[in-house]
Amino acid sequence: MASSHDSDHKCACAGGLSRRGFLTSVGTGAIGAVATAHMASAATADAPVETIDAGAHVTVALLVNGTTHRLAVEPRWSLLFVLRERLGLTGAKAGCERGECGACTVLVDGETRYACMTLAVEAEGHEITTIEGLMHGEELGPVQRAFVEHDAMQCGYCTPGQVMAVEGLLRTTPSPTLDQIREGVSGNLCRCGTYAHIFQAAERAAELKRG
Amino acid sequence: MNPYDEFDLEAGLDAAIAAAAEPDVPAPPPWRETRVVGKPLPRIDAYERVSGTAVYASDVILAGMLHAAVLRCPHAHARVTRVDATRARRMPGVRAVLTPDSPGADIPWYGGQKGPLSRLLDRHCRFQGEEVAAVAADTPYQAHDALAAITVEYEVLPFAVSIDAALDKNATPVLDGPGNRAGDPRVVERGDIASGFAAADVVVEETYSTATEIHVPIELHGCVAKWDGPSLTVWDSLQGVFPAQATLARALGLPIARVRVIGPYMGGGFGAKLDTGKYAVIAALLARETGRPVRLFMTREDTITSIGNRPGVKSTVKIGATRDGTLTAIEFRCIGSGGAYSAGGTGGVDWQPLDLYRCPNVRTVSENVFMNAGPERPFRAPGHPQGAWALEQALDTLASRLNMDPVALRLQNFTEVSQARPGQPRYSTTGLRECLTEGARTFGWDDARKAGQRGALTASARGAERGGAVRGGAERHAAERRGVGMAAGMWRGGAGGPPSTIIVRLLADGSANLNMGASDLGTGTKTVMAMVVAEELGVPLERISVEHADTGTTQYTGPSGGSKTVPTEAPAVRAAALAVKRELLALAGAQLQVDPATLSIEQGAIVGAGEGGPRLKVTEVQALRRRGVLVGVGIREPDTHGLAVNPFGAHFAEVSVNTRTGEVRVLRYVAAQESGRVMNLLTYRNQVVGAVTQGAGLALTEERVLDEVHRGRVLTRNLYEYKVPTALDVPPAPECVAIDPHDEVCNTAGAKGLGEPALIPSAAAIANAVADAIGVHIVDSPITPARVLEALARRS
Repeated sequence: MASSHDSDHKCACAGGLSRRGFLTSVGTGAIGAVATAHMASAATADAPVETIDAGAHVTVALLVNGTTHRLAVEPRWSLLFVLRERLGLTGAKAGCERGECGACTVLVDGETRYACMTLAVEAEGHEITTIEGLMHGEELGPVQRAFVEHDAMQCGYCTPGQVMAVEGLLRTTPSPTLDQIREGVSGNLCRCGTYAHIFQAAERAAELKRG
Repeated sequence: MNPYDEFDLEAGLDAAIAAAAEPDVPAPPPWRETRVVGKPLPRIDAYERVSGTAVYASDVILAGMLHAAVLRCPHAHARVTRVDATRARRMPGVRAVLTPDSPGADIPWYGGQKGPLSRLLDRHCRFQGEEVAAVAADTPYQAHDALAAITVEYEVLPFAVSIDAALDKNATPVLDGPGNRAGDPRVVERGDIASGFAAADVVVEETYSTATEIHVPIELHGCVAKWDGPSLTVWDSLQGVFPAQATLARALGLPIARVRVIGPYMGGGFGAKLDTGKYAVIAALLARETGRPVRLFMTREDTITSIGNRPGVKSTVKIGATRDGTLTAIEFRCIGSGGAYSAGGTGGVDWQPLDLYRCPNVRTVSENVFMNAGPERPFRAPGHPQGAWALEQALDTLASRLNMDPVALRLQNFTEVSQARPGQPRYSTTGLRECLTEGARTFGWDDARKAGQRGALTASARGAERGGAVRGGAERHAAERRGVGMAAGMWRGGAGGPPSTIIVRLLADGSANLNMGASDLGTGTKTVMAMVVAEELGVPLERISVEHADTGTTQYTGPSGGSKTVPTEAPAVRAAALAVKRELLALAGAQLQVDPATLSIEQGAIVGAGEGGPRLKVTEVQALRRRGVLVGVGIREPDTHGLAVNPFGAHFAEVSVNTRTGEVRVLRYVAAQESGRVMNLLTYRNQVVGAVTQGAGLALTEERVLDEVHRGRVLTRNLYEYKVPTALDVPPAPECVAIDPHDEVCNTAGAKGLGEPALIPSAAAIANAVADAIGVHIVDSPITPARVLEALARRS
């Protein structure tokens, strides 16, 4: 999940994103908090503010897994709600609705992001990738294959989020150390406790992706 | 209601005592060699779990479905004096509102000895988070808006949210009273502890406590409810669909046959999902009123206040031993609270002192107290980790006083007899000795314990540091103290037993279908059971489908819990597969005109004895082709061996403790487990890894905090405050040592339960390692940096 390792990156999201969006999109825990402070101060300086009536529906065009969906949303609807309930993409899971568990992790412009803490209207103009978008037809992608091989799951509910966290990590860090892997998934809780297998799967996924 | 009450952990043993009727077909002998069972095979539903195509209850979307939300009492103890939902009912998208005045609000809930203790929506709220009202609306946002528009007036009542406050003579009774003691203490006694302590050369006594833990399955508790006239269908996130079916039928006054509960994928339970909850009844009432399907998933905050917990327990342990480490007496007293409605605050806590080590004189006293907090629910090995936390730390202190190695002390008191059970039967097998010795060997215990190395990091731990998420240079190392510790444990259940009914179908093309009522919590139940079918019928795993956990299409079984699922289901699956095999061979024998007893199945073919014997592909069996299916039914018969069946384990940990910050890191970990036959080495290891993670949570991070001073509320209502271990909090590569003693009598699969036993010693092993590092035991969980620094300050 987004945490200290990407604190040096500029947020890929364009202007119009609220401070809250920044605060809530960054990873969990103390390490995340350091990154949050840094990014938030950068964000508020020149961000234009657009106010939308809370009761009104607005039309957004969301680019999800390569397809543009035009739909009417309430401004307060989270990206997670729209993905799951309006687009039927239930791979991203709801576990807390407040940026604590990571089950809803998706990629926004290639970077990991909590969909529960991202408004659908914020996501317009960005490239959104969900677990469904890692598939090639019915074929699993390399991270998913590595998770199967190393049994990096139990109940499987956090698994799509863990897969997306590893996917996001490998896109910026193709050969991560164990240290980087642990931080990379530290915003994704696995209550079944399979972390050690997830670390192995992430290492294997890096190999598979390198080919 | 405590779901464990209706669910017998020791079904096998009890059934044996009951001397069950002889089944028609004799039990098959245990497997000697296996072709499939035991292999480290990826789970058969891994594709669904990693692709996002697995449909969990929370993923069910039905046409016209409404979204419900529940208004809960914000006070630890209050009486609802007025509910006004007028404004909420008029809000956009709102379709129905339930209040304590609505039909169904008086459905009895929380069973006590003298009848129900409360109602579905009860005006008397005895803990923060009790249900007061509910709304169904077009979107979840509208439902939550409507909750905010309901006016509730409360008369706030005096509360008690600690054991001390609950036992104060002026405390307001949580239930009817008098006082808040939940019945008489449970006292178990054997021998005479007074003479036992008199015979001891060394006696240690210490008091320990564990914090209350919350289950926190990542899939929230909830369901989708849909009516078709008089029939109700519920998709629910559960460990067992059949208990939920019975609960819903009883609550709603429906025939069991008119309630269907479906839950093939579920996102974690750990005991919290053994049965459904009020949410499902509320969803069903709202669905009936609106004539539309209703989804109701609780919020994370509400699951923390209201679903259940592992009660914190305070335990005092007194142990006596002779100079050679032989235990002469154990006295164990514990007290805990199951919250507002459950008397199960200390259930299971006394089992380790009663049964794990040979000791002729033991007395345990377990006390339970009601208080104004959410009721407990069974949580992975209920009571056992709390008991181990106390007993195993006390043994560590004893070993130190005796100047004895902690492993040697435990080996000295090894027993093959279950002393806590009537008649003191032998264990079918016990691998405790091997867990201790093999675990120690794998860990490098003797080297790690050698004097002179303590306080420094071992070479292997330095390696783990380099690979792990550790920063800081020489300065940090100067403040680091390393320690190693170990602990052992056993689980009271793990035998399995009736009921379970399984159907295996062999199809015309030689592929097979397994029909099983049990839920797969992520332990790999489906995979392991498909492997049993593959073993017996020679059908490759990729040609086996599994349907399960649906009361409409599968057969009755208990919930998956108590580490009884494999030892319950595997013998039934094996019996069903063998029934198919018998019929197949009989039909093939008739076709080939040979005695079926001479035939066997090998790689999709039926072959006769000897070289050049008859050979017939399964798909060439004419009767199978004509019928299209052969059906085998398997029943989990009672075990008749009369022995105790228990899993055992011994864990070893290496930690570093930063004496400046108080931070504890678990660097290395070895968990040796004995659960009979290893059914699938890959999922077996995963269970153990997961247990170690949860043990690290108990030891180091997890604590439900209640505001005992001001308002009695839960102060840890989210996952920032309530700290479940993250990837940074666990040992990076815990090792699992699987001990298989070839148990040929425990059941026809030779397997005992694993999930719970693997958790039991883990927190205590970490605590003992911390004590080794800093020279003082931290007796209260979790071992927070503050507690470490306080302990260090006290020591100096």
